[in-house]
Amino acid sequence: CPGLSHVNVQVDIYERLPVPFGLVRFGVAPDHPEVKNVINTFTQTAQHARCSFHGNVRVGKDVTVEELQEAYHAVVLSYGAEGNRTMGVPGEDLAGVYSAKDFVGWYNGLPRNSELRPDLSCETAVILGQGNVALDVARILLSPVDILKKTDITQHALDALAESSVRRVLIVGRRGPLQVACTIKELREMVNLPGTRPEMEASEFEGIAETLKSLARPRKRLTELLLKAAIETPGEEELERRNRAERAWGFRFLRKPLEVLPSTDLIRAAGIRLAVNRLEGDGEGVRAVATGEVEDVECGLVISSIGYKSLLIDPAVPFDARKAIIPNTMGRVQQTAGLYCSGWVKRGPTGVIATTMNDSFDTARTLLQDIGKGTLDVSTVKPGSQGVSALLEKRGVKPVSFSDWEKIDSEETRRGEIKGKPREKMLDVGEMLQVARA
Amino acid sequence: MSCKLIFSWVQRQAKMFFFCIMLFVAHLKRTLVLSLILSEEKVTVYFINRDGRKITTSSAKGDSLLDLVVEQNLDIEGFGACEGTLACSTCHVILDQKVYNQLGPITDEENDMLDLAFGLTDTSRLGCQVCLSRDLEGITVRVPDRVNDMRRSDDTGPTL
Repeated sequence: CPGLSHVNVQVDIYERLPVPFGLVRFGVAPDHPEVKNVINTFTQTAQHARCSFHGNVRVGKDVTVEELQEAYHAVVLSYGAEGNRTMGVPGEDLAGVYSAKDFVGWYNGLPRNSELRPDLSCETAVILGQGNVALDVARILLSPVDILKKTDITQHALDALAESSVRRVLIVGRRGPLQVACTIKELREMVNLPGTRPEMEASEFEGIAETLKSLARPRKRLTELLLKAAIETPGEEELERRNRAERAWGFRFLRKPLEVLPSTDLIRAAGIRLAVNRLEGDGEGVRAVATGEVEDVECGLVISSIGYKSLLIDPAVPFDARKAIIPNTMGRVQQTAGLYCSGWVKRGPTGVIATTMNDSFDTARTLLQDIGKGTLDVSTVKPGSQGVSALLEKRGVKPVSFSDWEKIDSEETRRGEIKGKPREKMLDVGEMLQVARA
Repeated sequence: MSCKLIFSWVQRQAKMFFFCIMLFVAHLKRTLVLSLILSEEKVTVYFINRDGRKITTSSAKGDSLLDLVVEQNLDIEGFGACEGTLACSTCHVILDQKVYNQLGPITDEENDMLDLAFGLTDTSRLGCQVCLSRDLEGITVRVPDRVNDMRRSDDTGPTL
């Protein structure tokens, strides 16, 4: 960037939990450790001389965004989407109904979900949504425990899954096979999941094979694999494997939740009522339209995986409640000089790590451009973390540094090693702080 | 054919012997040791970065294009996020047709990740899966642009 060679940017990162990395730690499935390799890049950045991490600080409570803006030349909001879209149907509050966000948080050790204790004593689980998160949940529910026990899945989840009675998982979507939002890697993992077989209705795939030749490569390969699993007659070996499989999974299409049906004692979920849809339009404009028909499916576990949602962090920050994002132009928060945003809170909660990483690079470029052009005034001296530390100390808040996190990291790794796992995550913030201060 | 096999076997044994000797000479710097053993085995590769600039590099035979980028610390933003484990598409590169044809078949796993790459072409590969051999001496590798805004409007994309 022209004119920036004299600017040495200091970056301070504020995070609510004592531990960094967000969804890379709490969202990526335990059996996808390679996806977490990006932590090494993050660690290098955090250890840079001009970068410092301040964990255990709640922005919006322990320190306001306005106070941060007074202390820093620029503030970048990249706090993601910690809420979830609700189905908005009766029975959503029954026992046995969970958001995928909470279920994933439970098996991934997110402290606020440590007490979830989902009831896995039923035979059938229904997942609403057909994105990669839905497939992660299905795969964790059906994976052989021998595979899971070597991952960083939390011990309590491992124990619960070892006792689980769930044998059948339905992954339900509003639209058709050509609209599934998952990607092929995750679908292939389901198809190849040991001890399981696919079970789908051939009628839901009518007309799909004919569309293959007009599809773009990624959608074409995905649909081919889906068709193969759903309707192709398997070879002898595969047929035998399926006959031996004790667990089953399948997509169901053109179904939208109307109500979670209660058990006779009205306490827990016993089934789900689904509206049957048909598709109208084509290409990008395909829409699901109710037919009026209704279908009930017996199940004891309902997991809604229909999307995450960003929340308001501080009343001083503009927020578009309808889109659930911070209104911005290329990362510059509207009507607020010196305030930027990146990632899901800027664009909405979709995209893989690489997508969000690229978006962060874009916001950073915007910010540097503003410094270069003089739109962002960096001529005055700002107190930075010294100013914020003073406020936090007054309020009795003790931040966790990156080297404090490294103590937590070592301890988790040590505990995991004993069990043959990459780590055993701490579930309690108090315990994390104890280890951090030791 | 068998003459070539025996000769290359002898070559390999000789190389292993020399390598063991070098291990005993532990105080020599790693790069010096490697360049002594492998100095005839370096492959020159030209990268065309996203800004159009050409970077000339060379790397040891057997290194992947990702290894090369990492070892030489090339300034390619966000390249190789998953560190070569086929869990992302950030090492997406575009090759010349002739070079592409020379390479071996692509696994399902690589194709699955290539599906997510922005600007996928018929001569695209993931850099972590392309290993350098003498046949690839002097190739040009183009690093394509990435997605940088708005959701994909073409029907290729993952939502999460």
